[in-house]
Amino acid sequence: MFKDLTLGQYYPVDSPIHRLDPRTKLLSTFVYLVTLFVAGNFWGYLLAAVWLFTLIALSKIPLGYMLRGLRGILFLLLLSVFINMLFTPGTVVFSFWIIRVTREGLRQALRMAVRLTLLLLGSSLMTFTTTPTELTAGLEKGLHFLTFFGVPVHEIAMMMSIALRFLPVLTEELDKIRKAQMARGADFESGNFINRTKALIPVLIPLFVSAFRRAGELATAMEARCYHGGEGRTKMKPLRYAKADRIYYAALLLYVILMILTRTVLAS
Amino acid sequence: MSIELRGVSYVYEVGTPMEVRSLNEIDLTVREEEILAIIGHTGSGKSTLIQLMNGLLKPYSGQVLFNGEDIFGEKYDRRALRGRVGLVFQYPEYQLFETDVLTDVCFGPKNQGLPEEERIARAKTALEAVGLGEEYYTRSPFELSGGEKRRAAIAGVLAMQPRILILDEPTAGLDPQGRAELLSMLRRLRETKGIGVVIVSHSMDDVAELADRIAVLSHGEKVKEGTPKEIFGDRKGLEEIGLSIPEVSRIMALLKEAGLPVDGTALSVEEAEEEIAKLFQ
Repeated sequence: MFKDLTLGQYYPVDSPIHRLDPRTKLLSTFVYLVTLFVAGNFWGYLLAAVWLFTLIALSKIPLGYMLRGLRGILFLLLLSVFINMLFTPGTVVFSFWIIRVTREGLRQALRMAVRLTLLLLGSSLMTFTTTPTELTAGLEKGLHFLTFFGVPVHEIAMMMSIALRFLPVLTEELDKIRKAQMARGADFESGNFINRTKALIPVLIPLFVSAFRRAGELATAMEARCYHGGEGRTKMKPLRYAKADRIYYAALLLYVILMILTRTVLAS
Repeated sequence: MSIELRGVSYVYEVGTPMEVRSLNEIDLTVREEEILAIIGHTGSGKSTLIQLMNGLLKPYSGQVLFNGEDIFGEKYDRRALRGRVGLVFQYPEYQLFETDVLTDVCFGPKNQGLPEEERIARAKTALEAVGLGEEYYTRSPFELSGGEKRRAAIAGVLAMQPRILILDEPTAGLDPQGRAELLSMLRRLRETKGIGVVIVSHSMDDVAELADRIAVLSHGEKVKEGTPKEIFGDRKGLEEIGLSIPEVSRIMALLKEAGLPVDGTALSVEEAEEEIAKLFQ
């Protein structure tokens, strides 16, 4: 059921991108997503695509494997393309019955498709190359300044890392329970939407029961080891920026400047 | 009725860097009225093997035949197969979900499309077989004790009236009494109903007590197959692949190695007792 969901899965190879500091990747992903909305013309999107595909090449993740993650949002992608194509007013290219496709609509649809694809690939590049532990460590340190405004950054990061930590456990458990019910003749594949939703009850109830059981056990185990929040806690692997990070930031800055130039100089 | 595995291999996560070859060219036959034990250390592929037997996993190569028919043939009804080949997972108590025990046990028969009276009749028979009486019917499965939950869950599979029952580590986490009850229940099922039983276990003592035949797995390969006497007669060979032999057999084997005139293959305390008594005659 979840085999196609590649988004958010770590892909274990050693590459320059994998070795970057998680803060660098977090910030650059955020910046990249913003630039996608800054891009206004063909040159902008070309630049964004070149940047991303260079990074993918550097990350040593097979392109096919990355693109597989797109299948999950294929429906959303097609829907937005469709809606944009049909409901954007402008010069009519061709019409049929009540459907009117405009030049502006086609352009808008194409732009939307490119934007969504790059958006998804850009964010999954981060999760493919960063382990959840690194990610939360990066978030915790990167957002540490928020503690001055009373935001419990450590606690939020801890909750996130626990949630991420248990994701594979629960996925495995879900698979096990599903198979156990299939062994009792449960059918998840046929029937209409309502029947298929109903068929999930024998899976979801045991899953919730076990999630609560695990949460209780984990809380006890943390207390037994005197967990008391983030104050005074040290790290086994403190995050430190390296030379590669500085080079990457410089490249990112150059990319952002180029992106702004596509809007100003090359604007048509 | 029989399940036949022919040259079956299984690979997890095909085509990713996480690819793991779990089973390699396994040949194995499971028959009715026979208790087959599958032993092997953690990660040897035991759990994968049994999921191939009722078609929950599809072999990467090779064939799984039920009564001579390929269960991955086109149009083969694998849901019906799962009623004939019952599979009880490890810690089956985590699959309970209904509001009361009887309804939960009815889940399997309901999926088989049986009418209500038939479902309830089967559920009651199954609960009786695992030793849960009428007083349990209306109780919530979540308030039972660990051993009772386990038995209720096994009843959930038995209620489909399988001809072959496969259990993954059924005695894990049970106290000695719960374990003894479970093993005698399995023996009773074979004797009274002629059901074939496949048991996957870490406990060599369970296996020695129960099995007619043993298959030994190591790193996804079937390294040995034979009667308990044959398998446990080879202490060194088993230890090499990280397995032990039952406590009793071990003592007898050590006595034999020490030069005493005993036949070092006893599997039960009674057999060992007899052998040792002979020494003093």
